[in-house]
Amino acid sequence: MLSVSGVAGMVTQVVGVAAGAPLLVGWMRQVRARLEGRAGPGPAQPWRDLRKQLHKQNITPDGTTVVFAAAPVVLAGTSLVIAAIVPGVTTGSPLDRVGDLFAVVGVLLLGTVALALAGLDTGTAFGGMGASRVVTIAALVEPTILVAGVALSVPAHSSNLGRIVATTAADPGLVASPAAALAFAALAVVVVAETGRLPVDNPATHLELTMVHEAMILEYTGPRLALIEWAAAMRLTVLLTLLVNLFVPWGVAGAGAGPAGLLVGLGAVAFKVAALGTALAAAEVFLAKLRLFRVPELLAGSFLLGLLAATTSYFLTGPAG
Amino acid sequence: MGLFSLIRRVGRVAEPAPPHPAASAGPAALRGSLQLRHVDAGSCNGCEIEIGGCFSPVYDAERYGTRLVASPRHADGLLVTGVVTRNMERALRDTVAATPEPRVVIAVGDCARNQGEFAGGYGVVGAVGDVVDVDAEVAGCPPTPTEIIAVLRQVTGR
Amino acid sequence: MSTAACFAGVLGGVSLSGAAAVAAVPTRVSAAASGLATAAVGVTGLVGGALAVAGDLRPAWVGWLVPLSGASFAADATSGLFLLVIGAVSVVAGLYTVGYAAHGHLGRAPLAVLPVFAGAMLVVPLAAAVTTLLLFWEIMALTSLLLVLAEWRREQVRAAALSYAAMTQLGFVAILLGLVVFAAAAPGHAETFPALRDAAVHLGPGPRAAVFLLTLAGFGSKAGLVPLHVWLPKAHPEAPGPVSALMSAAMVNLGIYGIVRVDFVLLGPGPRWWGLVLLAVGALTAVYSVLQAAVATDLKRLLAYSTSENMGLICVALGTAAVLAAAGRPAVAAVATTAALVHLVGHAAFKTLGFLAAGGVAAVTGQRDLDALGGLARPMPVTTVAFGIAALGAAGLPLGCGFVGEWLLVQALTHAVAAGGTLLALVVPLAVGVVALTTGLGVAAMVKAFGVGFLARPRSEGAQRAGEVPATMIAAMALGAISCGVLAVAPAVLVPVLSRVLPELPTGTAHGPGPALGTLVRLPGVGGSVSPALLAVAVGAGVLLALAAARWGSRRRPAARTAALWTCGGGGLTSRMEYTATSFADPLRRVFDAVLRPDVEHVVIAYAQSPYLLEKVSYRSWVHDTVEVVLYRPVLRAVAAAARGARRAHTGSIHAYLAYGAAGLLVALVVVL
Ligand code: SF4
Repeated sequence: MLSVSGVAGMVTQVVGVAAGAPLLVGWMRQVRARLEGRAGPGPAQPWRDLRKQLHKQNITPDGTTVVFAAAPVVLAGTSLVIAAIVPGVTTGSPLDRVGDLFAVVGVLLLGTVALALAGLDTGTAFGGMGASRVVTIAALVEPTILVAGVALSVPAHSSNLGRIVATTAADPGLVASPAAALAFAALAVVVVAETGRLPVDNPATHLELTMVHEAMILEYTGPRLALIEWAAAMRLTVLLTLLVNLFVPWGVAGAGAGPAGLLVGLGAVAFKVAALGTALAAAEVFLAKLRLFRVPELLAGSFLLGLLAATTSYFLTGPAG
Repeated sequence: MGLFSLIRRVGRVAEPAPPHPAASAGPAALRGSLQLRHVDAGSCNGCEIEIGGCFSPVYDAERYGTRLVASPRHADGLLVTGVVTRNMERALRDTVAATPEPRVVIAVGDCARNQGEFAGGYGVVGAVGDVVDVDAEVAGCPPTPTEIIAVLRQVTGR
Repeated sequence: MSTAACFAGVLGGVSLSGAAAVAAVPTRVSAAASGLATAAVGVTGLVGGALAVAGDLRPAWVGWLVPLSGASFAADATSGLFLLVIGAVSVVAGLYTVGYAAHGHLGRAPLAVLPVFAGAMLVVPLAAAVTTLLLFWEIMALTSLLLVLAEWRREQVRAAALSYAAMTQLGFVAILLGLVVFAAAAPGHAETFPALRDAAVHLGPGPRAAVFLLTLAGFGSKAGLVPLHVWLPKAHPEAPGPVSALMSAAMVNLGIYGIVRVDFVLLGPGPRWWGLVLLAVGALTAVYSVLQAAVATDLKRLLAYSTSENMGLICVALGTAAVLAAAGRPAVAAVATTAALVHLVGHAAFKTLGFLAAGGVAAVTGQRDLDALGGLARPMPVTTVAFGIAALGAAGLPLGCGFVGEWLLVQALTHAVAAGGTLLALVVPLAVGVVALTTGLGVAAMVKAFGVGFLARPRSEGAQRAGEVPATMIAAMALGAISCGVLAVAPAVLVPVLSRVLPELPTGTAHGPGPALGTLVRLPGVGGSVSPALLAVAVGAGVLLALAAARWGSRRRPAARTAALWTCGGGGLTSRMEYTATSFADPLRRVFDAVLRPDVEHVVIAYAQSPYLLEKVSYRSWVHDTVEVVLYRPVLRAVAAAARGARRAHTGSIHAYLAYGAAGLLVALVVVL
């Protein structure tokens, strides 16, 4: 079970996500800048920002507890764990059996909860507001993820991500099924909501009253802020990786792949994620942020898609042996 | 897809970047990346319009690594505009105290530099330099985006 | 090898002598006596549970205990599991009572009743005949009612107790009727469980359905299943801390025990619609209760609703198991059954801890309202950590002790989609959605309870005065926290018990393999696995990696400092500027407006001079229990109206009563002849 190839693939994934996530965010900002007629700071800008934040002073606001200090580390730590599990480069990650799709969703929520508690820990109105909003959205997103997860698990007879991706890679016809299309649409909405992109949250807003994610982190400085921004970028990256590899799994290295296979896997996933990121950033130019109380309608719609996907997947797969 | 064809028709709006700044003035840590929080200490709003212009597609200050942020905790630099009025004095001090080191305070506009138009007003405490330490100044009433960006570029060195 | 009756006798002896001791000792030590007696009862229960699981308790009949029928006792591994759970909760709650009651929160009478309550709960799973079961069920109900009334001077307590008394007696009647119908089919009207089991096959479909529905209603009301839950969120919070824990973590389980014992083991396996009914009731309960928990502002009420929610999830798991067993998929049914049992144990652990921590908070601050709490992390660090662990479990997140149960449930549902007909393909995804929504809202409720209640700044004087609870209470919470931790990372500890319980259940492993709960939790026949322990290790490693990454550049970093909160330039933070539980839950309250139907009162008073100058603005909102408002109030009104009508007939005149008597006799004669 603990193969060299698997371990190497997992390490590649973690390093790739850790190093590539800020670049993805930078790239998406650059795409957006170009579409707005600006020149843009270049894709490496988030890395410059991170390096600078790491050289800045750490300020602990009065009256906060250890929760405030621990939340960024937990957020980044859980993101790294997910990066190790999600099949980006290889389907043979040794952690694949340790956490399946539902566990990954749980670990993701763990990070969200840590940050929400930190927002509440400051005691400020905006911290509480951000926490309340992010938790509301997370609660409403949860059904969609699980139902879509069921739709994907049924054909593979397993909810372990490596197995799902490997099944789809072996049987490309599955991607073309209506169930997969519905599940993709449902999960795409989920990814947008979970990573705080438009139209659910505006990552570039300066107006506190409209913030979701940003409102929770208004009190963070320097290294802790760097961890949060790095983790947010990693969450975006792994979720896009998951989305792209669940539905377009080609190029992912199998369980016993050699170094060449892993390299191909890395190249393929980097290309696919960049392409999806470009599409997402381009789509955002055309969108305005939804009112907070319109977001549940969007999520209810995506839940319905997921439900249809799960039901369809049963009728298409038929009763299993 | 009206917007899409508009994007294609307009293309790039940003003007070509002026020549690279000769010497850089800010702390080494802020090379290449400068997050800014804007503080209006009592301005007439003229300077604000010009700062807004800096981040418009035409001047595109973001390409030099600068960005406006929502909280001084996230910021490396404060763009202070206007004379410091009595009501904003404490707020200005608090904002500077809330900004982590290393930081730069940039006084934008004549009001901020030397009370400009409002010198001697009954509600005026003084120029920004009278209240907090100032690291860089931009002259003009209001200064043009080009002038503001030139100072920002000196800090980021890009 | 001893008999179950012998053991029940020991339990009775320990609890009654405990009660006598509490009554006899000086007031000063009565708290300690009661706590230790309850803990002793719990230890006895643990020993009995271990014996029962090992199969070392023989069935026995005690003629003298109950007139006419005698009392019958038996213990199989299923009884053993419930003995272990209730015994463990009793030990922890008993230990806690020592310090809690020393605060003067409990009078002598409730203290004396406490060990008897624990004892009665422990005898219920040992009962092996209808009369015996009903007898101890009623003792349990009455003693718990007395305990709820411990603080009877408060109006809410009396109202809650009244509601509890009414519901528990109605539930009792339902169980009684159901079991009477059941026993009527047994040869010679024998009422022991083995006789009932034999009789089940002779029962026609009509009576069988009636028995199922009646017992489900009766036991379900004890477990807090919607719509019979209304008493639970009133009575559990009004009881003193340790009693809340005993009721919410131990007593509700007996509702599930009743359903498993009567409807699964004795009467089952039933037709598919039973499973669908359980599934529907469970799903309704889970979503409705968690929604109420998410908008609740009373800390203990929130926990009580969460109890109802988790019982709903267990019911969903049992329903799934029944459906799958009926569809001929024993392996996946075993997964669902395991999910129910694992979740039951996990729930008992985190709910005990949660109520003990909440009880400590209520005792120290005199507040249960989250809107008035806050800032407890500094003065009460241990309680805060304890509640955090409980909340993590209740949220069903990885590293918490509720995770494995919910994971197994979702897995069972996932593989149920592929298991049977079209109906399942439509129902099961919806059930997954329900479970997921429950988890999501559960997270929201727990983030609120912990974040608003324990973090941030104090919102009232009571919260400002808070201090840590005494050592015995801390010790009890430590025991609870350790159990939560062990269950969270090593569900394998349950294997010795579950491997004996599952073969006894018709939806368990009697017909096939069950899931393997090793380091890697694996499912039979399908590829699906998770490892809570390794996941915890991975998260730990990730956190260390993140810490190392944050050290980059630390040498050239200016020295860290503390500073006043930025609060967006607002200046000093006062408690009135903080987000409260009400405001935290506001988005959810709005989203689910149609279900929750909050009452809102918004008053704006302007000065006479100008409508724009406001003198006073007030805003209040209440969320009622919608089920109670919609379902119960009309019934109660109708009953009250009927009672008024009946009163008119009672004139007090002896002639009238004589006339009624004569008329009654006449009617009876006409009917009979
Ligand atoms: S410098 Fe001129 S434009 Fe700027 S605030 Fe002062 S008066 Fe207004």
